[in-house]
Amino acid sequence: MSDLRRTPLHALHIELGARMVPFAGYDMPVQYPSGIMTEHTHTREKAGLFDVSHMGQVRLSGDGVAAAFEQMVPMDVQGLAEDRQRYGFFTNAEGGIEDDLMFANRGDHLFVVVNAACKAADIARMKAVLEPEVSVDPVEDRALMALQGPAAETVLAALAPAVASMRFMDVATVDIMGAACWVSRSGYTGEDGYEISVPAGMAEPVARALLTHDDVLPIGLGARDSLRLEAGLCLYGHDIDSATTPVEAGLNWAIQKARRSGGARAGGFPGADRVLAQLQEGAARKRVGLKPEGRAPMREGVELFGAAEGGAPVGALTSGGFGPTVGGPVAMGYLPAALTSEGTVVFGELRGRRLPLTVCALPFVAAGFKR
Amino acid sequence: MVAGRRWRDHVGITSHAAEQLGDIVFVELPEAGTDVTKDEEIVVIESVKAASDILAPIDGEIVEINEAIVENPAMVNEDAQGEAWFFRMKASDPSQMDDFMDEAGYKEFIG
Repeated sequence: MSDLRRTPLHALHIELGARMVPFAGYDMPVQYPSGIMTEHTHTREKAGLFDVSHMGQVRLSGDGVAAAFEQMVPMDVQGLAEDRQRYGFFTNAEGGIEDDLMFANRGDHLFVVVNAACKAADIARMKAVLEPEVSVDPVEDRALMALQGPAAETVLAALAPAVASMRFMDVATVDIMGAACWVSRSGYTGEDGYEISVPAGMAEPVARALLTHDDVLPIGLGARDSLRLEAGLCLYGHDIDSATTPVEAGLNWAIQKARRSGGARAGGFPGADRVLAQLQEGAARKRVGLKPEGRAPMREGVELFGAAEGGAPVGALTSGGFGPTVGGPVAMGYLPAALTSEGTVVFGELRGRRLPLTVCALPFVAAGFKR
Repeated sequence: MVAGRRWRDHVGITSHAAEQLGDIVFVELPEAGTDVTKDEEIVVIESVKAASDILAPIDGEIVEINEAIVENPAMVNEDAQGEAWFFRMKASDPSQMDDFMDEAGYKEFIG
């Protein structure tokens, strides 16, 4: 228990009555007294405040930092305009995904946000590849919070008017209550909103100020998971991992032209041979959205079969649960390419019975981004 | 699993248990007429976060099930010890209930 790390908002979570759970080495709120269903729905309809301070914030700086970072990710880093952010991932020699991340061009440095569970390995990996030419500096003195939902703009603009004119994936340094905050118009719920990096000492005052707004509720990890699942977004370690490639995961859109075959800087990242080949030829298996028929949620690990009886498993669910906005169970998983067209019916084995699921388009709930 | 104050042979979960489970989204009940054995897994209950099994409290027969909670699982969060009973049971050996806690004992147990 005492080994768990605490974010700068820990005391506030306790005060708000959160149920705390260990997550990636941190003591984190899984839900508040209003409950996961209310928290989820509130975020879709108004706004939710999430503590994501457990995630890794890292600054990369030095001459040629963009070119250097391109050795680690299949993204167009050099072509990213100043004060813009992109989604990306580290690949390994087999083309598998080592972690997914966001990176922003802040002019004199790149600002990278990585998953909590992977951050130590990510930082070690970046130091190994990038140093000494590029300096890799973990940001330990800042909290990270996300304000998500259709009311996020109005709520945050009341404290910092400049955020209203930001577009999806813009980043800026913004004064909030006297603190220099690094704000991006992004998130991981499928809703419009912001991620806000706040100096640790100002995290609680800023969070309290946001929570005083009638439209804002604190949201725990439980609703964060159901929101991202409905939005069709991958959770690292579940929907993607070191043995899944970007093409299998359906993340082709995140690999810009410059890094593909025939592009200005094609390849040059770990596993490029395999990833570039799959981009052209497709992968044998693909991540899909799946809707279980009926009401029973099907969760991660449920094996998928091509028929109601007999045969070996053809795939498995990597995420699944109840989608409060959908009003029923939703899931994601991997299937052989031949079974991935929309409307295909497969069967998931649940408590010894095979129940049908239908392959469907992602996201389950349309995104509300301000492009 | 307890009988609430207005219940006779009704079986359900306590309000405390419902609160611990969180928002309940799915309930699967045994069929009426099923014979069950004490500690057999007979109910599946799923919250937004996780699936749990509920064990038969005693030996006996399921005589009636509450379809209303299958249709509207959220009822369990709203009224666990009232309208959201799970099923009614006919005991084969009523003495198995001698060890059950009463409400005061349960409140002490959950602290």
